[in-house]
Amino acid sequence: MIRVVLPPHLRKLALVDGEVSLDVPGVVSQRSVLDALESRYPMLQGTIRDHVTLRRRAFLRFFACQEDLSHEPPDSALPDAVARGEEPLLVIGAIAGG
Amino acid sequence: MSKARVLVGTRKGAFVLTSDGKRKQWDVSGPHFAGWEIYHVKGSPADPDRLYASQTSGWFGQLIQRSDDGGKTWAPMDNKFVYDGVPGTHQWYDGTAHPWEFKRVWHLEPSLSDPDTVYAGVEDAALFKTTDGGRSWSELSGLREHGSGPRWQPGAGGMCLHTILLDPSNPDRIFIAISAAGAFRTDDGGKCWRPINQGLISQYIPDPNADVGHCVHRIAMHPSRPGVLFMQKHWDVMRSDDAGDSWREVSGNLPTDFGFVIDVHAHEPETIYVVPIKSDSEHYPPDGKLRVYRSRSGGNEWEALTNGLPQQDCYVNVLRDAMAVDRLDKCGIYFGTTGGQVYASSDAGDSWAPIVRDLPAVLSVEVQTLS
Repeated sequence: MIRVVLPPHLRKLALVDGEVSLDVPGVVSQRSVLDALESRYPMLQGTIRDHVTLRRRAFLRFFACQEDLSHEPPDSALPDAVARGEEPLLVIGAIAGG
Repeated sequence: MSKARVLVGTRKGAFVLTSDGKRKQWDVSGPHFAGWEIYHVKGSPADPDRLYASQTSGWFGQLIQRSDDGGKTWAPMDNKFVYDGVPGTHQWYDGTAHPWEFKRVWHLEPSLSDPDTVYAGVEDAALFKTTDGGRSWSELSGLREHGSGPRWQPGAGGMCLHTILLDPSNPDRIFIAISAAGAFRTDDGGKCWRPINQGLISQYIPDPNADVGHCVHRIAMHPSRPGVLFMQKHWDVMRSDDAGDSWREVSGNLPTDFGFVIDVHAHEPETIYVVPIKSDSEHYPPDGKLRVYRSRSGGNEWEALTNGLPQQDCYVNVLRDAMAVDRLDKCGIYFGTTGGQVYASSDAGDSWAPIVRDLPAVLSVEVQTLS
């Protein structure tokens, strides 16, 4: 299972506590993880990536294994530790906007 | 016994304020959606327990929330606002062409007769509609595509469609206003639109009398006379007696005719209210005195209403969607400030008192009169 940590506002919106565990078929990438996340929690559609362009929202970042993966192509494989469920994918709200 | 329920949108959440008909003691519920910007909350005239809220964030984008129990519980609805077709461009601040991009919902206007039908005014300026209670939204693209769209430009707060007025005598007639494009009207339910800005004069655009480009801040009407419109423009308070076909200035003796809000007394169609703001570069009341101005003659002759309002060292603003009136007798007037106060008058403006003093900056105020 893939582990995802959401920022507090999105945990509250999705009515979840703590980490989210997702079954992600195929290559574990930003896109496939977000597809699985939005399928299970439809209320998150549009909050992490734009509805139309599917681009990451500007003030969000994707971290894992002490790396900033935000600018990686969305179909690139996430680190093996994330794919094995050993490390979570962190969705982080940037410290911006006051 | 009648009650009043005030719906307040702020920079950091929504608040629901309730009182009996005396409107002296208030119960405060909130913050709902804590930490999010709530641009607008409004109830359905056809079902007062049906509320809609625009919840938005620079981080997480736009959400639409709906309550079916008067604001006790909420559920997220569809938040997909996609422009119809290829959206094209409008003018950017520097005059260059800029692609239309959805940013947020400024205003939600529920239908007068159907709780499931709601209009949404958005930034970048467009009008959307749901007929299934918010489960899906579609654009009324005839507004954006009627021809003048490429000449629209954003005001300082963005290119927002902030005002939606539904004509109670004609379900096909809708008035909207955009900063900084102007006012527009449809007479066929939203298919065809035309600018209604004749008589507006704006010195900050190359042609002060242009058909579009005016920074309209707010329009108000009394439901018994939907052909009479009152407007607070960037500068100038205006009036139309022909459903917007022509406008004339009624600023009269106001200390400044800059401002954002304007509203109409619930029982007196010629009694209107504004809150003068010093200027477009100094967004606070003149002389540090928070004064509502009332005209009982539909404009031109104004009286300052100060009883209970701070008359020194007050430097708040009152934003365009932050004034409302109830239908009780006497008419209640409400407005919220960027300092977090919501002031109420239960005697049509003769005296005022704060319901709450320390909310986050207030973006919008609506009131429901409940039986």
